[in-house]
Amino acid sequence: MDLSLLVVFVLASFLGFELISKVPATLHTPLMSGSNAISGITIVGAILVMGETGSPLAKWVGFAALVLATINVVGGFLVTDRMLEMFKPRVPAPEAVASAPEASNGVKA
Amino acid sequence: MTVLTTLAYLVASCLFIVGLKRLGSPRTARAGNRLASGGMLIAVVAALLENQILNPVELVAGLLVGGIIGVWLARKTEMTSMPELVAAFNGFGGAASALVAGAEMLRGSGTQMREIAASGETVSFVPDMGAGDLFIVALSVLIGLVTLSGSFVAYGKLRGRSLGSFPGIRLVSLLIAVGVIASIVLLIGTAGESSRMDEAVLFLGGLSILALALGVVLVLPIGGADMPVVVALLNASSGLAAAATGFVLGNVALVVSGALVGASGLILTRIMCEAMNRSLGNVLLGGFGADAAAA
Repeated sequence: MDLSLLVVFVLASFLGFELISKVPATLHTPLMSGSNAISGITIVGAILVMGETGSPLAKWVGFAALVLATINVVGGFLVTDRMLEMFKPRVPAPEAVASAPEASNGVKA
Repeated sequence: MTVLTTLAYLVASCLFIVGLKRLGSPRTARAGNRLASGGMLIAVVAALLENQILNPVELVAGLLVGGIIGVWLARKTEMTSMPELVAAFNGFGGAASALVAGAEMLRGSGTQMREIAASGETVSFVPDMGAGDLFIVALSVLIGLVTLSGSFVAYGKLRGRSLGSFPGIRLVSLLIAVGVIASIVLLIGTAGESSRMDEAVLFLGGLSILALALGVVLVLPIGGADMPVVVALLNASSGLAAAATGFVLGNVALVVSGALVGASGLILTRIMCEAMNRSLGNVLLGGFGADAAAA
């Protein structure tokens, strides 16, 4: 086993711990879904395994892995985008309008 | 691995990091998801280049079939069923990691096989995996398949199916865990002995069945309302499965991305527990209290 991979693994884990701090509850599911799509990186492994010569059995196991990983990646990113569509910044616009008269009132007073 | 593919994996990893960071805030979340998906596209293209396109038909077929199913599931699923869908995708990812590790072991040694293939002889198995390599394969298969079956039990529970637990399920889990350890030890025992490849495949098969059973009995006793936390935890474990597969293949992209998802998934799990004013242990072992209350 390549020890430098272990170094990379440990450092990336620390980074992962630091990456996520306060997350609003509405984002829990999209964040889970998005990071789940990233764990579909195993699609790279499936592609590489299929590129190696070996037993036919290994090739078909690799093919099954490729299909499943592709579902994970494509479906995962798409569905996360669908969830996040609902977060379109249309809420701030009416708020800004509503707060404008208040601000001008404040200036008058 | 060429310089170019390694650099592509580095760019992809950076996009995943920035993407994950942005996914944590409402204003930047959508852009973050798109960054991460761009990173994935770069990683896939790099892998295709590294693959040297030995099986073009199978590759295109696999990507097409998976892509169509993925788009179809993502489009047709109702907004209210999102947690289930995430659980299902998660299970697929875990299964894929386990299968890649299994395929790598079945394939036997990379360099030796290539030499034999180049010399034109036909040999089915030439294993020269050391004990360490076999251990990582076992770990990858174990985590990946526990993620698969656990995710689908969570899927069923989120759909409102009453999947009954049974008394003594914790004891059964413990027995299966012992079986898992035993099969890993047996598998590692075959290291370096080419003549025992059939045995090694048998032990890996046994481990696979036990791992699937373990995922079921671990998630079954947990209450339906706690399923989102369980899915978050299984998401972290699917990341770890990908990282383990990265060690099997010696691929840095899988190791980095898997570690990121594993670690950030654990933090998200903790945050979700805190939001419910529970500890993770309380959620996972909560079944005990429920059993006692029912009895």
